[in-house]
Amino acid sequence: MPPIRDVMPAFELFQPGSVTDALGLLDRHGADAWVMAGGMDTFDWLKDRIKKPRVVVDLGNVSELKGIKDAGGGVEIGATTTLTTIANDPLVKERFPLLAQAALIVASPQIRNQGTVGGNVSQDARCWYYRAGWPCYRAGGNICYADTPTAVNREHAIFNADRCVAVNPSDTAPALIALDAEFVIKRGSAERVVPAEQFFIGPAIDITRLTILRPGDLLTAIRIPATWAGKGHYFEKVRDRMVWDFALVNIAASLNTSGSTINDARMVVNGVAATPYRLQAVETFIKGKARDKATADQAADIAVQGAATLRHNAYKVPLMKALVKRAIRGDAEWTS
Amino acid sequence: MDLLSWARSPWGESVLIHISWDLFWASLVGGLLFLLAHGGYMLFSQHRKRPQDEVDRLEAERAGLPARIPRHGFVARVFHWVQAFAMLALLVTAFLPIVGVRFAWVQWHWMAGILLTASILFHIIHATFFLDFWSIWVGPKDIPELKSEVLREIGREDAPGPRPGKYPLGNRLYHLAVMVAGLAVIATGILMMWRVRTGIVDRNPYIMSDPAWGITYVMHGLMGVGFVGLVIAHIYFALRPEKLWITYAMIFGTISRREYLEYHDPDRWVTKGSSKNVA
Repeated sequence: MPPIRDVMPAFELFQPGSVTDALGLLDRHGADAWVMAGGMDTFDWLKDRIKKPRVVVDLGNVSELKGIKDAGGGVEIGATTTLTTIANDPLVKERFPLLAQAALIVASPQIRNQGTVGGNVSQDARCWYYRAGWPCYRAGGNICYADTPTAVNREHAIFNADRCVAVNPSDTAPALIALDAEFVIKRGSAERVVPAEQFFIGPAIDITRLTILRPGDLLTAIRIPATWAGKGHYFEKVRDRMVWDFALVNIAASLNTSGSTINDARMVVNGVAATPYRLQAVETFIKGKARDKATADQAADIAVQGAATLRHNAYKVPLMKALVKRAIRGDAEWTS
Repeated sequence: MDLLSWARSPWGESVLIHISWDLFWASLVGGLLFLLAHGGYMLFSQHRKRPQDEVDRLEAERAGLPARIPRHGFVARVFHWVQAFAMLALLVTAFLPIVGVRFAWVQWHWMAGILLTASILFHIIHATFFLDFWSIWVGPKDIPELKSEVLREIGREDAPGPRPGKYPLGNRLYHLAVMVAGLAVIATGILMMWRVRTGIVDRNPYIMSDPAWGITYVMHGLMGVGFVGLVIAHIYFALRPEKLWITYAMIFGTISRREYLEYHDPDRWVTKGSSKNVA
């Protein structure tokens, strides 16, 4: 029987009014519960009937999870704050334009109005073999349809593939890692705070999840410290079309400079691996170096070391190199 | 409890993907229950070795026996411990992620598999051309020994019949089980190298059909969980006080003259000086 499209399966809907109530529901229903924020990832899965949760917990009425507030020179962003709110928020734009730019370039205005930052970082892989409901590794099966001699794998991983070659599709995730953000996760009465980088999981560790969130966990807030506020920021996303598309490759960089010298940096690329790919070797290399063409060229070569391309995605290597050069040189890359 | 996991292929067919991981718990619990049952039984039963006066008589009859009898050569011992290391590495990398200990296991798993395969290939050649090949096998000729050993186990110390040659019957049956399971996991594991990135073969899951892959994964899984129980039993017996002399022999290579005569039939395991004195 062909898959049924556009008609969601029946489920029990809960719309809690507080974080406490939401956590209680997640605790009660465990793996049967599906957490929905803006629904931008959820509805694809449900309408395609690939995922059939018994219970959906809609966070739309939980006002505690919405909003942006000052936090000692940094900001704390509620997990269900919309991407439009973040992109337009004066505090974010002033201190962390990197995040504002990343949020502004997600999908389309309608999706940004509905989609949330928590949903954007927690969304599932966009590999179409997986999203079509095929029994691949990520779906609990024993094959990667995207890594075969005949696969269509133009958008897939060039780093850290381990059986599954899907990539993380988020635009805000690399920006948050570049800003050294922390994610606040609640479970029952417990709370843990994890560095943004550790929020994401590659297939080598767990092939069925992109994040550390387990049934019963709720991402409640994202905290960005003051460390990189007002420093040099760079975000760029390359995609096939200028609206409503996922990144082929994107890059987020925070740079602390004195004159033309780079004192410190955090650089993260997404769309190349199952987790946002932090360029630690590049960060180490460029520390103390001039922000010039020679540094950028060498850094670009370092950035792509270890890349393993598939049949159709070798273009990501020169693309990533170009983005690294631009991130290091900023506007100068265009003029010299 | 489901025994097998199924999925719907892109062509709408129902295909096997692997065993249910509940079977891992079944094997683990089964192995531990056996351990408890056997341990309990052994509290009330002593291993039936040859009576001391009979050993004294045999020792007098076979005065040419050296104080230490070689049981496992150096090469055989190295093989055993390499294989044991590879097997434990395979089990740890296969099953820790299933019980929730997350780490990058795939690379370690296939590398341990290659080590196991290489050691088994070596063992086949070594055992065929340099050891007493048939001493480890089980056949109809062992039925009298089986009957005698069972009678001795249940308290009939005077039961007639042969005592073991170089390898007790339990050892040989275990070897048979490990050989069948080992060759199955190796054969299926080699095929599965085409499903992951190894740098040794080009990844290509289309070298076999979906049903053939399903059988491959199920066989690999079944034998793998079987090894959980087998390894538990093996380690248990290796650590039992009355079996420690065998374990020491696998470390140091030899057993004492008394152990040789207490547990073995010198006419079935002929070694230097084991023939009777000629009056």
